[in-house]
Amino acid sequence: MSDTPSQSAVVASGLIKQYGRFAALRELNGEFEKGKLYVVLGDNGAGKTTLLRIIAGLSEPTRGNISVLGTSELKVAQAQIGYMAHASLLYDDLNGMENLRYFAGLYGIDSIRCREVISAVDLDPDLERPVGQYSQGMRQRMSLARALLNDPSLLLLDEPFSNVDMRSASEMAGLLAQLRDQGRTLFVVTHQPALLESSADEFIWMEMGRIVNRTPTLRAGRP
Amino acid sequence: MSFLAITRATLGKDIRLEWRSKDAINAMLFFALLVVVIFSFAFDPTAEESRRIAGGLIWVAFLFAAVVALNQTWARELRNQVLDAYRVSPAPANPLFLAKAIGNFIFVSVLEGLMTPLFIAFYKLRALGPGWELLPIAGLGTWALVVNGTFFAAISLRTRSREIMLPLLLFPLSIPALLGMVNATTAILTGEESARFWIALLVAYDVVFTTACLLLFDTVLEAE
Amino acid sequence: MKRGFTILAIVTGLLLAFGFYKALAPLSWPLGTPTEQTMGYVQRIFYYHVSSAWTALVLFAINFVSSIVFLVKRNEKADILALATAELGVVFCAVVLVTGPIWARPVWGIWWDPADIRLNSTLALWLIYVSYLVLRRFSTSSKTPVIAAVWAIFGALDVPFVFFSIWFFRTQHPSPVIAQGGYLDPRMWITVLINWAAFLSLAWLVTWTRYRLEFAQRKVHEAEALESLREGSQ
Repeated sequence: MSDTPSQSAVVASGLIKQYGRFAALRELNGEFEKGKLYVVLGDNGAGKTTLLRIIAGLSEPTRGNISVLGTSELKVAQAQIGYMAHASLLYDDLNGMENLRYFAGLYGIDSIRCREVISAVDLDPDLERPVGQYSQGMRQRMSLARALLNDPSLLLLDEPFSNVDMRSASEMAGLLAQLRDQGRTLFVVTHQPALLESSADEFIWMEMGRIVNRTPTLRAGRP
Repeated sequence: MSFLAITRATLGKDIRLEWRSKDAINAMLFFALLVVVIFSFAFDPTAEESRRIAGGLIWVAFLFAAVVALNQTWARELRNQVLDAYRVSPAPANPLFLAKAIGNFIFVSVLEGLMTPLFIAFYKLRALGPGWELLPIAGLGTWALVVNGTFFAAISLRTRSREIMLPLLLFPLSIPALLGMVNATTAILTGEESARFWIALLVAYDVVFTTACLLLFDTVLEAE
Repeated sequence: MKRGFTILAIVTGLLLAFGFYKALAPLSWPLGTPTEQTMGYVQRIFYYHVSSAWTALVLFAINFVSSIVFLVKRNEKADILALATAELGVVFCAVVLVTGPIWARPVWGIWWDPADIRLNSTLALWLIYVSYLVLRRFSTSSKTPVIAAVWAIFGALDVPFVFFSIWFFRTQHPSPVIAQGGYLDPRMWITVLINWAAFLSLAWLVTWTRYRLEFAQRKVHEAEALESLREGSQ
């Protein structure tokens, strides 16, 4: 452990996550600084989603230690975390504001903030259409808005660009870079790393449950 | 937000969602009607006999309707992985449980409200004992099924064959409650015995298991 | 460990053999047990019926305690013990449920009495613990032991309710079956206790074996899961 703990967003040591005979994470180690945009790459089954879910406190490691935002009490860290997945984490039959108002309530946040974040992702807060009828690009943006409700210092995004049209995707990529510039830490799992090629601080390469390489540019890490 | 506020918000959200996708409600109501009709064809007793077995028939019918409703409980939270959004928030687990349980209670009560007049009509039922006692019996019995049912539906989120897992877990555990509901109802209908012991049993059952559910729900929710 | 196991096995064998002899030997044989007057020779199945029931209860009690210990301490050994005792408890329950009707039919003319508190409680118990085992098998969670422990607690909480509800049901529906309780000839008591001791000993032996087996199996799975560490490292 090099820096003072307050510099690290996430510190993982010896993380093992086992499902019966299968290990999704095999003694994964890594230290990640605050205020950086990390792109996580790897084949399916490499353990990327598992890692993100553990950092988010949604899943517990079988063994090993992890500390997020300075604490190993992941339930405490969750107040500072925003989580986004390929699934929208929204109710299809509610419209945008209804969705966000509900989730904001869970954090004790008011509706004004809901309108703010919806506008921040370039969507119309007054849109009555239920989220289930959005295009994939709009849905992912609304999901990002939801993740931003609590003004998180750590954002975990699992394949945010999947099935999203190119324009929405590059707009979202730009937004992610802005969020990093605001001092937040971001972990982005994606199969389309080119979108973040210029803005990412580091590329994390995962294979079979471990981190096998960390590179500052996309090209340097290509096997 | 406070515990109660979150419970209310979640319950409100669920009711709004149920209302918007009306096909689920309509299908359930129709299913409830079907169950009563099937029973009336399968069991065609005289008025005297029917008073003896109606207690059992009604509660078995309610049980089946409840299971179908309960299986839906968490389905909405699995779509789009929405449950993750709740789990990642600082909101505690119990308001979610209570909101779901209360929602189910309301829903199953509506179904019972539909099925009961039909049963009364088909079987020419009339209470020979104190009829008003049927209300607390229905309430306590329904809560007994719903509180455990909601909890086990959450457990079955973590299993294969979810739809069969729920009744598999619910039925054995509910045997005492079922005995209570059926015998209490029969006691009132036939007027031959007092339902008091059974009502007391149901109260104790409800208290014990509601407490157990509230103490252990968080553990189950986080057991990914 | 090995020696303790062997001793237990021998003791179990001796107790079972002796218990068997005492259960079947009539009074005219040395150390025999009197035949029950009203029910006749068939009554002797009672020695296995009752011993199984009490053994099952002991096993479920252990399951309850180890489930709580597991939930509090997350000690894997407690979980393995819970699993082993549940499996064996289900088997002993099944013995009770099978010997019950075999006994009831020739004596009272019916296979099953809905007001018989012991048989019906055992049936409910059997159902609860079978569903415990099904839950463990069907679970897709990585924390199956936690979920199983929660279920075990619910099951154990239900047990007193099961007894009470059936007991009250019986008082309202008097049954033709005379409950086997109350006075028992002291020589019969000795046979019951010897057979119970034999079954407890057997239960201990089998649980111990099952425990060791499960423990070893889990270690193998863990090793398999981490195996490609060597292949994956660079």
